[in-house]
Amino acid sequence: MLPEIGQFLMVMGFCLAVVQSTLPLVGAQRGQLSWMRMAPNLAWAQFFVLAVAYGLLTYAFISHDFSVAYAASNSSVNLPIEYRISAVWGGHEGSLLLWILILAGWGVAVASFSNNLPIAMSSRVLAVMGMVSVGFIGFMVFTSNPFDRLMMVPVDGNDLNPMLQDPGMIFHPPLLYMGYVGFAVAFAFAMAALIGGRLDASWARWSRPWTTIAWVFLTLGIALGSWWAYAELGWGGWWFWDPVENASFMPWLLATALIHSLAVTEKRGAFRSWTVMLAILTFALTIVGAFLVRSGVITSVHAFATDPTRGVYILVFLAVVIGFSLILYAWRAPKVGMGGGFTTWSRESVLLANNVLLVVACAAVFIGTMYPLIIDALGMGKMSVGPPYFNAVFVPLMIPLLIMMIIGPLVGWKNATFKASMVRLYPVIAVGLLAAIVWPLAMGEWGIIVAIIVFVATGIVGTFVVDVIPRIKAPTLTGKLARIKNLNISWLGMHVAHMGMAITIIGMAMATGYQDEKDVRLAPGEVVEMAGYSFTFEGVKSVRGANYASQYGTVHISENGKLLTTLNPEKRTYDKHMGMPMTQASIDRSLFRDVYISLGDPVGTTGAWIVRVYYKPYMTWLWTGVIIMAVGGFLAVSDRRYRMKIKRRLTGRRDENQVVVD
Amino acid sequence: MNRHMIPLGVFAALLLLFWVGLGLNPNIIPSPLIGKEAPKFELPELHNQQETVSNEMLKGQVTVFNVFASWCISCRAEHHHLLDLQRKGVYLIGLNYKDERRHALGYLSQLGGDPYAKIAFDYKGDIGIEWGVYGTPETFVIDKKGIVRHKHTGPLYREVIENELLPLIRKLEQEV
Repeated sequence: MLPEIGQFLMVMGFCLAVVQSTLPLVGAQRGQLSWMRMAPNLAWAQFFVLAVAYGLLTYAFISHDFSVAYAASNSSVNLPIEYRISAVWGGHEGSLLLWILILAGWGVAVASFSNNLPIAMSSRVLAVMGMVSVGFIGFMVFTSNPFDRLMMVPVDGNDLNPMLQDPGMIFHPPLLYMGYVGFAVAFAFAMAALIGGRLDASWARWSRPWTTIAWVFLTLGIALGSWWAYAELGWGGWWFWDPVENASFMPWLLATALIHSLAVTEKRGAFRSWTVMLAILTFALTIVGAFLVRSGVITSVHAFATDPTRGVYILVFLAVVIGFSLILYAWRAPKVGMGGGFTTWSRESVLLANNVLLVVACAAVFIGTMYPLIIDALGMGKMSVGPPYFNAVFVPLMIPLLIMMIIGPLVGWKNATFKASMVRLYPVIAVGLLAAIVWPLAMGEWGIIVAIIVFVATGIVGTFVVDVIPRIKAPTLTGKLARIKNLNISWLGMHVAHMGMAITIIGMAMATGYQDEKDVRLAPGEVVEMAGYSFTFEGVKSVRGANYASQYGTVHISENGKLLTTLNPEKRTYDKHMGMPMTQASIDRSLFRDVYISLGDPVGTTGAWIVRVYYKPYMTWLWTGVIIMAVGGFLAVSDRRYRMKIKRRLTGRRDENQVVVD
Repeated sequence: MNRHMIPLGVFAALLLLFWVGLGLNPNIIPSPLIGKEAPKFELPELHNQQETVSNEMLKGQVTVFNVFASWCISCRAEHHHLLDLQRKGVYLIGLNYKDERRHALGYLSQLGGDPYAKIAFDYKGDIGIEWGVYGTPETFVIDKKGIVRHKHTGPLYREVIENELLPLIRKLEQEV
């Protein structure tokens, strides 16, 4: 009975979404206040029914209701409770339900925080979000019902894919979807502005915090996926240019461009049609990503079990939504004014360069991901593009982008003088060069790529210092404190996010450039030395987990004869997936290095194993930097100007944020 | 107006591509080589640059010819199956495809050893083209006369080895 109710609620959600996508929109066109006022209520109602449906599916998992086909193929009696809850999003149907629940959640958030928007605007935004909901809920109702029953109820389920039985996997999909789906909000704002014909600075200000928050979630989601791969796949890598990784990374690149271009549109009124285009493209890429992952056109380690009707559905959905948006764009954009002009040496120019580089980088990743499909579609055979292509194309594009991060904050808007900017940049460059010489040498060996990365990373931090000093200058300490308190939060957020990026790239460069690895055959009691540590292999014993058997290794690590820590790399065989042994690496993390051990295979009968030992400097920096980036994003959003009523505009006060108001 | 129509055009082309792509299965790949003699090649050996590996080495015994690269994720997944085949006495020749020598050597030692009798080092990927390599890993079975009899695209897994590869190898070994 309960699963049928769940299915009924999904259909109800679909109907509510249809109403939400039409009534408020028509209301906004005709000025019908009562129709527009229904939008927030519809958003809430949709969220409510979907949340209950989601709860019912979760209940089927918790209560081992294997008459539900989806639960039978993704859960089992012995699956621990935390994984039974996360297994709900472990397959195609359930992850889609989570997707639309999150989409409805964003709808509710927009409905709650849009009191300061003109009602026509917020109604159009919610209507567009309703249309997106119609598409995704329809996808589930028509092609992928998670509540389908089995005629023959199995005694036990097939268990969750062992790859997903990891704490990282509990949070990776929800965070990633929060980001992915969040770009629907930015898209809805852009569409609403196009429909209403008002593409001005205030539109940019309204959609900026939403875009930034979605970006924060996507950043964290991608990083968590990478963190999981690092710990779970057992060979110390953290990024593989897999098509599905790329599917999440491409929207990230465009969203990063969008955040910066929105800043220009808000502050200077420029780049308007470009910003709208980016908002459309970012959202389009999230649907393309869904298409790639869920249709089976591309082979990937992530791909869901596929079904051609699903591919056709998403493709039609993509064609309708994006086709319609691009037509609307082609119709409205020519009427949009150019906004504030600027000279070659200005912050606008730097941000323009930033946008071009990010879009080109995204295009490069897109081409690499699509190339096998293009060749295949043209009947020219099949092939795959590996990391050599991506590394060769991507890294050279990132270096100038990172250099822009040094220059950008120190160049004024509109019309800056090269000389004045350079005076501020000289000390930054000097410190960067010094670091570029000394830091790699301190790591043991100087290399050009590491040196360049160190230069830009130190430069980014240096830029913050040079930028902050004049802002907190005061004769007395209390004066200084007062000025620190009054620092512009979103300005600070920008610098914090940039510095997070600096820390992350240091981690990437150091871990790639100075890692050490050894693959050795170790019998119990044998010792291997690496990077000043000795690793004593104590052997492997068989241990039983809830739904798996584990080969549980023990390795003591000591430095200068003193025991530092003990690591336990594992090799797990899950009962329901015997052919798929999982490597569980064991990692000792500290500020300046990770020691990473994973088990290879047993050798002979003496209890000897192939053991892989990695020394990875600065890995912690990589993850910490990402968290700092996210903090920067949150700071930027917490700026109070986003919460102020638009009434302010009517009081006649003008400030920096409102230079251009049509 | 025209300038603003460009995105629409690009998008339409992309949709067409996806539409065609949907009708294709990335996992089924016919090989024109089956039933024909293995393409000629002569390449340096991976471990020992002075030595050469050529198509002549494929003759005289049943050979499994496996294309791999250190940058290829799926290759890692099938590697222990290759080691298994070697333990079962299967003669393996490797083609290290578009790779760096030191990366390939590190890869082999990292994954528990070298299952191949000889490895041809195809740095530029030219020989891969001759063999119609679409993506790594790929595995060919070649009979005693040097004729390609079977091709598997993508990583090997237990079912394929037990139901297709090993029965075929045993059958071919019976042939004169």
